Amino acid sequence: MIEVKGLSKRFGEAQVLTDISAVFRKGRVNQVIGKSGSGKSVLAKCIVGLHVPEEGEVLYDGRSFHKLGKDEKRAVRQEIGMLFQGGALFDSLNVMENVMFPLRMFGTTDVKGMRDRAEHCLHRVSITPDKHRLYPGEISGGMQKRVGIARAIAMQPKYLLCDEPNSGLDPQTSIVIDQLIAEITEEYSITTIVITHDMNSVMESGDSILFIHKGRKWWEGGREQLLHSDNMELNEFVFAGSLMRQVKGAMGG
Amino acid sequence: MRILFHIGHYALFLRETFARPERIRIYWRRTLDEIDLLGVKSLGIVSVLSGFMGAVIALQTKSNINNPFIPDNLVGFATRQSSILEFSPTIIALILAGKVAGTIAAEIGTMRVKEQIDALDIMGVNSAGYLVLPKVVAALVIFPFLIIISMFLSVFGGYLIVAATGIISTAAYEEGIRLDFDPFTVTYALIKTEVFAFIITTVGGYHGYITRGGTREVGISSTTGVVWSIVAIIISNFVITKLML
Ligand SMILES: Nc1ncnc2c1ncn2[C@@H]1O[C@H](COP(=O)(O)OP(=O)(O)OP(=O)(O)O)[C@@H](O)[C@H]1O
Ligand SMILES: [Mg+2]
Repeated sequence: MIEVKGLSKRFGEAQVLTDISAVFRKGRVNQVIGKSGSGKSVLAKCIVGLHVPEEGEVLYDGRSFHKLGKDEKRAVRQEIGMLFQGGALFDSLNVMENVMFPLRMFGTTDVKGMRDRAEHCLHRVSITPDKHRLYPGEISGGMQKRVGIARAIAMQPKYLLCDEPNSGLDPQTSIVIDQLIAEITEEYSITTIVITHDMNSVMESGDSILFIHKGRKWWEGGREQLLHSDNMELNEFVFAGSLMRQVKGAMGG
Repeated sequence: MRILFHIGHYALFLRETFARPERIRIYWRRTLDEIDLLGVKSLGIVSVLSGFMGAVIALQTKSNINNPFIPDNLVGFATRQSSILEFSPTIIALILAGKVAGTIAAEIGTMRVKEQIDALDIMGVNSAGYLVLPKVVAALVIFPFLIIISMFLSVFGGYLIVAATGIISTAAYEEGIRLDFDPFTVTYALIKTEVFAFIITTVGGYHGYITRGGTREVGISSTTGVVWSIVAIIISNFVITKLML
């Protein structure tokens, strides 16, 4: 479980996040939605400690991350997997080496054990062995995301953060990635946070949704409530697309 | 004010860079790769330029002595002294600053804007150390060899031009390069080289590491990395020379 309490973050004069509190539960996909520029990525980076918030705390199963010492922070970080908006695979390493990287750095098994684990993770995200020797520049964006997931789960993380896992992907591939994240979350009982502005994926797998607007927590709930909420900004966001308006019309809303 | 900010951040960056590595073996393998990349791959350009440098020194020395009382062996002597003391360590370091510091800043800057450094940090890897320390060690190991090779080739370039043009006899040139040799000049040159190796890799690395934004900023970082390495090399060259000679 990850708990965020009263989090605020400024960059110079710009107040990006204001007093955000939320609870992200274990074994399920917790979604964070909001318009472009609302502060979702900054929130994710505060949670994993890439940004230091001015106020508030982030608790990893009770451990207040920003109050920990350097070594303890490293220890917590090794329990976190993160999938970046652009994949963030290492260009100089091939697919296999990318997934093996965290294992090489922190793993406790021998090389054979690491290789097996990496192969298992790649298999889990349906990357076939003929792709293992290719470099990130030689595989498609969707594959890069999947390799990113494989790398993120290599160390068997307790926490998984995904920043827009399906931006730039076709709807079909998006669904595959969403399902993959959902399956992995359940299978290994991970606390997963997914940042997205893709309504498709919200309707697909959103049990627990947090809506950020102008850096504040504006609304939270499940997807059923999402469709019937009378929150104006949320409605604007959710029903911006004509498809979602039709959904609402069909329900007699 | 801005420069004070950078000096402070550079110091913090160095502290991160020289923190204890997580896995020595991984750092070691990266260091070997970097020796190949930074050193061996620079050998070609260093060799060619050194030969021409020595030839120019020989030609200029000869064309500047009209006085018949100055012996011909001065040409060899001057070529050796200038190559060892200044041309090989400093000029070659400036060339390496252009090549190596620029490459390092661009490589690390790209990793920054593509969030690869964030990915390292999230994993709990000391990103500054992992990316920069192997480069610093590699440069400290390999640059002295490059500079010694450069010294030989520069003196040899002078010899070739003397033999080709016959401005003086090759015997006089050979006599000149043996005249009054003081091994301390080589020590001085190698100490400079180590300082320059440190500057090139850490200043290049620093400018890559603090890159923010996109590909345009990577280009800017690469240029600033080169410019500031050159500035630091020239200033430290002055300081070392004042202290040692
Ligand atoms: N390092 C930074 N320095 C200064 N301002 C920043 C920084 N990072 C983000 N911001 C600002 O914070 C605001 C929120 O940015 P953020 O990246 O969190 O948006 P987002 O919700 O993730 O948008 P998107 O959906 O487009 O990814 C933006 O106005 C941005 O300009
Ligand atoms: Mg974002």
